[in-house]
Amino acid sequence: MAKKVAFLQGNEAAAQGALYAGCTFFGGYPITPSTEVAEVMSVELPKIGGKFIQMEDEIGAMASVIGASLTGAKVLTATSGPGLSLKQELIGYACIAETPCVIVNVMRGGPSTGMPTGPSQSDVMCAKWGTHGDHPAICLTPASVQELFEETVRAFNLAEKYRTPVMVMPDEIVAHMRERIVFPEPGELEVINRTAPSVTPAEYKPYDTSFGDVPPLAAFGTDYRFHVTGLNKGQDGFPTTKAAWVQAEEERQVRKVEANVDDIVQFEEYELADAEVAIVAYGSTSRSARFAVNEARKQGIKAGLFRIKTFWPFPEKQIAALAGKVKAFITPEMNLGMCTGEVKRCAEGKAAVHGIFRVDGEPINPGQILEKIKEVK
Amino acid sequence: MSFDYDKYIRPGKLPHIWCPGCGHGIVMKGLIRAIDTLGLQKNNTAIVSGIGCASRLPGYMDFCTLHTAHGRAAAFATGVKMAKPEMNVILVGGDGDGTAIGGNHFIHACRRNIDMTYIIMNNNIYGMTGGQFSPCTPTGAKASTTVYGNPDPAFDVAKLAIGAGATFVARGTAYHATQIDKLIAEAIQHKGFSVVEILDDCPTTYGRRNKFKSVIEMMNRLKDIAVPVKAAEKMTAEQLEGKILTGVLYKEERPNYTDEYAKVIERAKK
Repeated sequence: MAKKVAFLQGNEAAAQGALYAGCTFFGGYPITPSTEVAEVMSVELPKIGGKFIQMEDEIGAMASVIGASLTGAKVLTATSGPGLSLKQELIGYACIAETPCVIVNVMRGGPSTGMPTGPSQSDVMCAKWGTHGDHPAICLTPASVQELFEETVRAFNLAEKYRTPVMVMPDEIVAHMRERIVFPEPGELEVINRTAPSVTPAEYKPYDTSFGDVPPLAAFGTDYRFHVTGLNKGQDGFPTTKAAWVQAEEERQVRKVEANVDDIVQFEEYELADAEVAIVAYGSTSRSARFAVNEARKQGIKAGLFRIKTFWPFPEKQIAALAGKVKAFITPEMNLGMCTGEVKRCAEGKAAVHGIFRVDGEPINPGQILEKIKEVK
Repeated sequence: MSFDYDKYIRPGKLPHIWCPGCGHGIVMKGLIRAIDTLGLQKNNTAIVSGIGCASRLPGYMDFCTLHTAHGRAAAFATGVKMAKPEMNVILVGGDGDGTAIGGNHFIHACRRNIDMTYIIMNNNIYGMTGGQFSPCTPTGAKASTTVYGNPDPAFDVAKLAIGAGATFVARGTAYHATQIDKLIAEAIQHKGFSVVEILDDCPTTYGRRNKFKSVIEMMNRLKDIAVPVKAAEKMTAEQLEGKILTGVLYKEERPNYTDEYAKVIERAKK
């Protein structure tokens, strides 16, 4: 049987990806340019007995998804820059309480209200450093409508597998453009569900590390009763200030992501085998970069593209290895050098890093990148 | 035979953090008696709180307990209730947590009339941080941030809840201990968003700054200012000056949020 094909907007694809992954709860607040995610979820969730709620503000939306997640539901919220700033308080809560949830954040210009309808990639640092304290961060930066669907599914898988919030961050171009999408059949993409506790309710502890770095999470309203707090906690979930426990728990929370980068980090290498100039790009900017690479190759310039799909954890190993091979990196991005700084950090001076930065609400076009390739080759 | 509170307390979690003379323990005992009266199941009952002294209450209770972020209890609880409407959801917290940083979540939970019960322990102060004035600190009172007297007018929590759309609003005091469980039980039984404000005391950070010589004096004040709503009907405005009404202040029947959303699901499935 032929697969279902559609002409879909990026935000609509994110919502469809969430439904494919088994999302049954959405809590949100209207904000441009992510609102279509909420609109689709408000239509589709009740059809399957799921729940949609429009909360009174962004913080409330984040709170509602964490509450719902603790009852065992797969949960989603969607927002954009100013909303992401507000949600940071409870993204930190989800990190320390180790509550799975997915946040679609469509990147628009900032800071503050910025340019609500213009594209940007300036939230990528906020995804890792936005909430206070040490915590794990997973952030995916898809580059097409199809990929936004698939990466939203993967975001749910990572959230459930690692008991942590996961961000899907399309820039406004990817979120608002319309493209052909081929819907995967049920079962075609992997869907990971939360690990249920294997011990009796009496034995259960919500942060029991004898089960490894990601202890099973029970659900409220079942036979399992437990306590959840935003305070540093012991394995039983109750607050503690015992130095050794706090240190161990903080380290474990970060380690459960950092020790699994090979499972989490995805990227695409294009024409890199003999490349002398490597472009490192993500989101819609990577599409311009691919075009520029093709043009450069036609002109006999050995250019290639390293496309970041997983922004956090940053593909450190891969960039470091590339730095030993290429003469120069070019890092086009719709901000003033956020990914560029990371590439410089990983390159450790072994290759020059040339940024192309736009924060004027206009996309970076292939010509601009091609020009830079010729300049640095 | 004396009431067995231990049945509902998590083993090993006492003593609590509250200071001697604090009324929060009286409220917790009232809540336990109400839960016992209604026969609520531990596995099917979530107790959700924000941040502050009062918000430490869930940790002592042997239920599904969620100690959230400052002011956010109502929003977290809304997620729990929406996802599992069959659960009993009880919110607890203080006046600063609920009416300042949590004010927006509070009024919208009232507006939605979502079937949860919110117990606000109003001790007129931010106790945990050392006695800063809250939206419920009386005008003129002393706090660590109003040493010259509080210039702010105070919220009337019950009026705020009624105005925002709560369909059951009651008020009690920590002095009237035996009334607390009755008010809470009636609130939990009410279908819709119910608010129970318990006037409470903080001898440590409020009493000592405001010339209360003892906890007993603070408790006696609660006794003196409280007037049951029925008794107030027979009193003149002059007699009611400086008094606070207690009992069930407001009650109406209105469709509750999760029942209404169940209808949304029915319509969407057609």
